[in-house]
Amino acid sequence: MEHARCLRKLCGIGYRLISQNNGLRDSSKLIQYRAFRVNSAVQQQPLVERPEFPGSSAEFTGRLEFVEPDVASGIPVYRVMGRRGEIVSPSEDPQLPQETVVDFYKSMTLFNTMDRILYESQRQGRITFYATNFGEEGTHIGSVAALDPTDLVFGQYREAGVLLYRGFPLDLFMAQCYSNADDLGKGRQMPVHYGSKDLNFVTISSTLATQIPQAVGAAYAIKRASSDRAVICYFGEGAASEGDAHAGLHFSATLECPIIFFCRNNGYAISTPTSEQYRGDGIAGRGAGYGIASIRVDGNDVFAVYNVTKEARRRAVAENRPFLIEAMTYRVGHHSTSDDSSTYRSLDEVSYWEKQDHPIGRLGRYLAARGWWGEEEEQAWRKEAQRRVMEALQKAEGRPKPHPDLLFTDVYQEVPPHLEKQKGAMWKHLKEYKEHYPLELYEE
Amino acid sequence: MAAAARFLLRTAGSSKASITNVNSGLHGKYGATLLRVSPSCNLLAKTQRRYAAHFTFQPESVQTEYGPTQKMNLFQSVTSALDNTLASDPTAVIFGEDVAFGGVFRCTVGLRDKYGKDRVFNTPLCEQGIVGFGIGVAVAGATAIAEIQFADYIYPAFDQIVNEAAKYRYRSGNLFDCGNLTIRAPWGCVGHGSLYHSQSPEAFFAHCPGIKVVIPRGPVQAKGLLLSCIADKNPCIFFEPKILYRAAVDQVPVEPYQIPLSEAEILQEGSDVTLVAWGTQVHVIKEVAAMAQEKLGVSCEVIDLQTILPWDAETICKSVVKTGRLLVSHEAPVTGGFAAEISSTVQEECFLNLEAPIARVCGYDTPFPHIFEPFYIPDKWKCFDAVKRMINY
Repeated sequence: MEHARCLRKLCGIGYRLISQNNGLRDSSKLIQYRAFRVNSAVQQQPLVERPEFPGSSAEFTGRLEFVEPDVASGIPVYRVMGRRGEIVSPSEDPQLPQETVVDFYKSMTLFNTMDRILYESQRQGRITFYATNFGEEGTHIGSVAALDPTDLVFGQYREAGVLLYRGFPLDLFMAQCYSNADDLGKGRQMPVHYGSKDLNFVTISSTLATQIPQAVGAAYAIKRASSDRAVICYFGEGAASEGDAHAGLHFSATLECPIIFFCRNNGYAISTPTSEQYRGDGIAGRGAGYGIASIRVDGNDVFAVYNVTKEARRRAVAENRPFLIEAMTYRVGHHSTSDDSSTYRSLDEVSYWEKQDHPIGRLGRYLAARGWWGEEEEQAWRKEAQRRVMEALQKAEGRPKPHPDLLFTDVYQEVPPHLEKQKGAMWKHLKEYKEHYPLELYEE
Repeated sequence: MAAAARFLLRTAGSSKASITNVNSGLHGKYGATLLRVSPSCNLLAKTQRRYAAHFTFQPESVQTEYGPTQKMNLFQSVTSALDNTLASDPTAVIFGEDVAFGGVFRCTVGLRDKYGKDRVFNTPLCEQGIVGFGIGVAVAGATAIAEIQFADYIYPAFDQIVNEAAKYRYRSGNLFDCGNLTIRAPWGCVGHGSLYHSQSPEAFFAHCPGIKVVIPRGPVQAKGLLLSCIADKNPCIFFEPKILYRAAVDQVPVEPYQIPLSEAEILQEGSDVTLVAWGTQVHVIKEVAAMAQEKLGVSCEVIDLQTILPWDAETICKSVVKTGRLLVSHEAPVTGGFAAEISSTVQEECFLNLEAPIARVCGYDTPFPHIFEPFYIPDKWKCFDAVKRMINY
């Protein structure tokens, strides 16, 4: 402290001059700049020195003071609708028409129904894997609704609602999960690794965060093509710890890309709570460090998510710069079907979010308060949704698996000679040992 | 990651002369001048003498089928290929660390001025970001040409290359792909590059279905193969032997042309032994072939593999069926090196024709050393000795 005080005294005069007199500060900047440019600093020594380091734009300080993170009162959580479904910030109400809001609700509940049925399906061993989206339905629907259908989506693996809202048929969700002959991905990836060229939803891969710098590259190419499109890139708060997240955020800023980073912060990465994931102010707190405009939003408030995404999209396209949205939410379901979350978090905690603060519940109360949706509609829709999902599931279950030749295609655009040879060897083997392989399940 | 590289270059300065210094021990001129002007350094000279280059580049017969040619070294032929690409493909972009001012090896000189800063630009210093970004550009349908400053620094992008780029088309059922991505990287030993400016990582990538790995032996091949990589609808890694950037000079067609991928080239027909290599090492085995002819009366068939993955097994096997003997040589360490793949395939395909065990003359299973480089590399004497033993087997 003593040292700091001495230092301060030494440098104090000039420093105080500068900080007390803005006008003088500006003119001194100018002089200093010019002096530096003409390389004759001795003659034109300004009254006050200013740092000339190329790496930052800042003033000198005589105070030895570390910048402390403000974690206790972090970036506030933007919301429009309270937990009882009431509009808490009327000026922020997007005032969406009844059919749009009902559509939100129906998408969220249909999505929820699909999740429940496919989760059960995995439990019964009908599909190999599943990951539900319970509790995060609002982030998917609210954000995708604010985008243009041509905006390119890069996701992680918990963004199926985005695809559903864009009109991806239930049949194709099922086809992917059942890896049947109708799967656009030709049965090659684990369940929930969806993709759709028509709906501008880039195929999911398991490797976390790899899509982040890729989304930035796509945004750069889209900017050059001047197509007035944006890219949105979803990821969880755990994936944000990967080096690729750093790369992507960083590149998007320096290369001025029209991209929205949408982080779903649901409190857990499998079993790891956020206290073991990071020590800063969440993910939104990082944005400023990269020079990215950032916002934190209540992910269980579909209107709030809609508003922030809409505005981020508008500005990203107009200004060719990235935006970071951190949607605070809670993963009500297990991490995946390979996980039992009761081993690392309490049932009380889960039940609070399920019952007290759930995006579907909240929107339901909003609709009910307006008389836009009643118990009757609810019953009928739940039944209808169940029927649609079950029909798709049964259809998917009845379909054969894709032709085994598809194991060899698309490795390269063409099938190179060595792969043709390996395919030939496989069939020769299968011919001789066919009774040991489940050939009857596959397309002929 | 590339910080070490930058340090090396920055300490040398960024002038033409200093880059020559970095590039190769070939340019011993500076050392020689120094010795002349200060005779008192004689004692020093004994320990400071630069070891002569381990290969001799010989220009090939002039190609006329692609129109007018110009004298170019390897880095200029790379620039020429990139220039042709940017001129003909408005979506093509070039990016990486320090490519804007022309690149630390001068491969992108003038391109930014000619085509604009939105097409030739620096990225932040982050290899995983560079490749991830490039994949994204390609996914959106544009042509992405990424540079990794040294092949030694490609590993931070290994995940993006192996798990992402290579599997994009397959995993999406061909809905999406990043076939428009090409990654260029300086490669191979340079006389004094030590652990992180010398590596030959092709075998790491050879184990990865979905990518193509290509290595040229001279300026003519560099341009033709690079243009093929850029045009190819699969993600390609193009390794440029950096010791040849200035050392190899040839008549290169000015207009664009392509040399097909996955095709080895028989540089010299022979009947007793097949010699296979790629990159700089091709020049080593060419010399070995001459030595074997002269000293042993042995006729060698010399083959430049050119594409590591998917490789041209047919040409190699045909040659071995004829000669009955095979020597494969590469700078990279022997264990798990690509020579192992070639020799086991040839053994499977040509078992009845083989008259001696297949020989692999490669780097040792150590990191690439600084001062011991002359002993480390699989030079012509090591290869020659292997040919001799194979013939006497």
